[in-house]
Amino acid sequence: MLVITCPYCGPRCESEFSNGGEAHIERPKDPESLSDAEWAEFVFLRNNPKGLLLERWNHAQGCRRWFNVARDTVTYEILAVYPMGSPPPALAPKRYV
Amino acid sequence: MVESYLRQSALAHLGLEAQRARDEAAAAVRLHEKVLPAAVNLRGDGDDPAFLEAVAQALGLTLPLAPNTTASNAEVAILWLGPNEWLVIQHDAAPDAESHLATRLRNAPGDFHSAVTEVGESLVCIHLAGPRAADVIAKGCPLDLHPSVFGGAGRCAQSHLSKTAITLHQVSDEENGGPAFDLYTRRSFADYLWRWLSDAAREYNKA
Repeated sequence: MLVITCPYCGPRCESEFSNGGEAHIERPKDPESLSDAEWAEFVFLRNNPKGLLLERWNHAQGCRRWFNVARDTVTYEILAVYPMGSPPPALAPKRYV
Repeated sequence: MVESYLRQSALAHLGLEAQRARDEAAAAVRLHEKVLPAAVNLRGDGDDPAFLEAVAQALGLTLPLAPNTTASNAEVAILWLGPNEWLVIQHDAAPDAESHLATRLRNAPGDFHSAVTEVGESLVCIHLAGPRAADVIAKGCPLDLHPSVFGGAGRCAQSHLSKTAITLHQVSDEENGGPAFDLYTRRSFADYLWRWLSDAAREYNKA
């Protein structure tokens, strides 16, 4: 099980959290002019990288706050935890082929 | 608000008083319900001095701003729930204590944003005390309750026990020869959680 450091409550067990999928998916500024392909990209298509993934987590059984986590999908190492609305910190993630 | 004379504990049907073991001194865990707590959920900006001042005036207590900490006096306890959320608890109070608490907080003077919600109806409080109390909770809860990690009396945390969401408040380091916890859960989970705890505590000669 992962130990995730909630930015408010401190380190807690993964079972207290729920995953909110990939972070930094921005809602289209001009939805009227979007093509079907662009809508599909926004609604359905997500990155599935081997290595660094930026994702959202919610401390559902704790303080119920959302935050972002940078996680390595190979080693499960949590590289950074940062608040909602802020850009990801500069990271030097491992590279896999 | 439910009329106070209609309030009934979610564990009333279990007849807990009658079940209580005679030999409490020998028990390594004591388990009982703290009936009908008065509870108010308080939200506001912890960085706003006007809000902090108003709450301090209304309750006679300073809001705990550090994560997982509490503040308490003889009357009320305040539990930190989040960076802008607290739970104000009063035990053994008169039926109208909850609305009094809420009114005091709502009418606190000052220019600030806050939300005050009466939540006592939704909560059930189970009190665990004794040398093996932490072991019983640890069977279903991922928190490390050792004093060196959890911090001992006066600390609180929200987590899950078995499958129910709980708010845990360590009220004492030494009661009945061990730590004492107040464990809050939703009333709809109370029956399940009480049975789960009774089963978990059985090997420790529960009372």
